[in-house]
Amino acid sequence: MRRVELAHPADASGWRDVARRLLGQGVRPESVTWTARHDTESGRGGSPCDDAARAAGPADGFAHDLFAGGGGEPCVGTGPPVHAPRVPAAFVELAERVACNRSAQRFALLYRVLWRLQHGEPRLLDNAADADVHTLHRWGKAVSRDRHKMHAFVRFRATPGVPEPHYSAWFEPDHRIERLAAGFFCRRFTTMRFSIVTPDLSLHWDTERLRFGAGGSREALCRDDGMEALWCEYFANIFNPSRLKLDAMRAEMPVKYWKNLPEAPLIARLTRDAGPRSASMVAAEATVAPRFARAAGLSDAALSLQSRPPAADDPA
Amino acid sequence: MDTNTLPIRLRGKLAILADAAKYDASCSSSAAERRDSRGGRGIGSTEGHGICHSYAPDGRCISLLKVLLTNFCTYDCLYCVNRSSSNVPRARFSVDEVVELTLAFYARNYIEGLFLSSGIIRDADYTMEQIVEVARRLREVHDFRGYIHLKTIPEADGDLLLRAGRYADRLSINVELARASSLAALAPQKRADGIQRSMAAIRTARDAGQDRSRAGSSAPRFASAGQSTQMIVGADAADDGELLACSRQLYDDHDLKRVYYSAFSPIPDASRALPLEPVDAVREHRLYQADWLMRFYGFGVDEIVAGGENGMLDTALDPKLAWALKHRDRFPVDVNTAEREVLLRVPGLGSRGVQRVIASRAVAALRLEDLKRIAGSVTRMKPFVIARDWTPGVRLDAPGLRSQLLGKRAQLDLFG
Repeated sequence: MRRVELAHPADASGWRDVARRLLGQGVRPESVTWTARHDTESGRGGSPCDDAARAAGPADGFAHDLFAGGGGEPCVGTGPPVHAPRVPAAFVELAERVACNRSAQRFALLYRVLWRLQHGEPRLLDNAADADVHTLHRWGKAVSRDRHKMHAFVRFRATPGVPEPHYSAWFEPDHRIERLAAGFFCRRFTTMRFSIVTPDLSLHWDTERLRFGAGGSREALCRDDGMEALWCEYFANIFNPSRLKLDAMRAEMPVKYWKNLPEAPLIARLTRDAGPRSASMVAAEATVAPRFARAAGLSDAALSLQSRPPAADDPA
Repeated sequence: MDTNTLPIRLRGKLAILADAAKYDASCSSSAAERRDSRGGRGIGSTEGHGICHSYAPDGRCISLLKVLLTNFCTYDCLYCVNRSSSNVPRARFSVDEVVELTLAFYARNYIEGLFLSSGIIRDADYTMEQIVEVARRLREVHDFRGYIHLKTIPEADGDLLLRAGRYADRLSINVELARASSLAALAPQKRADGIQRSMAAIRTARDAGQDRSRAGSSAPRFASAGQSTQMIVGADAADDGELLACSRQLYDDHDLKRVYYSAFSPIPDASRALPLEPVDAVREHRLYQADWLMRFYGFGVDEIVAGGENGMLDTALDPKLAWALKHRDRFPVDVNTAEREVLLRVPGLGSRGVQRVIASRAVAALRLEDLKRIAGSVTRMKPFVIARDWTPGVRLDAPGLRSQLLGKRAQLDLFG
């Protein structure tokens, strides 16, 4: 039995290098045990902004670069360089995602599928009905969803009162997606300095480079600069009380995320008041049209003057 | 601009102008050209798929800052919360206030961008100029590269429409009502032919912007995420067949990306000329399903409508299942041999499911268990398909099939 230890829990490139060696040596999937070191504080530098380009892969459907070249020192065994096996491009991208899954079997399953791809089943990935492929897709999908939710639900806070604020966020992903999800934030907020902290890892962007650091805790987050109250005002008012659909909301915004969403505490009150608010709109007496309606084309100044803030619970 | 005082300055206005914008169903931020903020002065990116940053308790995605520039309006469209004869509280943002708010929300990752609409103040051109100016400042002054959706005013000058399309990813004009006569009756200042003309102008500009075939073509990119519209369901007597036929025409003639259906729901200070009770949300849901069948599954409007009765869709069943039950002679379909077009008509099998069936069966003949893995469930599919180890037998002719499927649906809804 061979024991492989990868550099960190989502080390897809490390897995690739080792898998290529093992494959070259004809090591069968059942005789490898895969483990990974915990994240350390030593930062792994480099700009991740190009991950979209990498994920897109080559256009001909077969990757030539997955197992070819790169990779540095072999982690397992020595011996002559091994020829680069050809695998479907989709497998490269899928492996990157599956490597982030928290399942202990992720690297073993990847290697088994790789083995099968090289041993008489080159079209294996097309067979969504195969149990291994099905599991691989399921784990990959869980990671994709988690990454998508991280892109959606990270909420930055700006350090209050400074001209060029540092933005920071606390997020708790299901899987080890921090590295996979980082590129999106760097590409979107390139000119901002920001940090995203999770229990396992932290990301720090300085407008040019991304650094990884130790995980942290929610308590380290700076206080809100008042913008969350404004966001909550928006959330409360964009909601239509006549169309309550809590299941649909929970399906897309599972309750496990609520503790880190500033708007979530409003949900209970909005839900409770929805029925009465809707009923009062139906029951309300007809009103007399306001004066300006009869004098269409008032000056802008006059129109602005009529603006008034709503009462806290005004259904309007 | 002082960002620190933003929450205090804008809270009251935001409450009014978000409330006034909620009856526009669209919050989509997808299909824009890919771009990001690398090499720029500002922030923002669009990577193809939109992101829903939150969900309201009405189950709707919150992707964009969806606000009105002002809810003062000189128009008196009876179905609209902002009509001039309504007594809702009124407010108006300045151009810079919307810009500030968009950037502040965006930097905190609350939103994908801005969806800006407005009541008509002074006149159509003046209002449209203000809307375009918000987008221009975001793009040119702040180099904002996030998503912008602008509601365009069909009565405004054509040049303003073209300028809007240069800054916006998406443009929309609400058709509001499928029947031109209803629009004339309920929205006296709007004209159906003007709406169609503006949609055609947007299409022409888009087509020109996409045409890169000619050497030296320098037509600027124009509304890369296309145009959309919205139809109110249940404000007049138009049946589902009329609504879907209207959508079909809009998709065909103006290359619309989406038609949104908005079930008429109670609004504050509603007009007494309209039904006050909400329209069944299921009707709206079925229309969306029918719309997808029309666009991605090769169904004609007549076929879809024939699944129901008297021009209305069957609210108890999804329209594909309703159609299949009325065309049992076309089933069962052998999943291991059937053409793609035929598979697309199998209830319970989506377009991605069809793709997977075709890819998987090339490797090995599919059994029912495989279909379950591919589609997630075979409950609806089972009576309509043949697999290697499965034939539905006489079930298809069983008169009780509809109620049997209905029963299963009811249970699924209960526990699902």
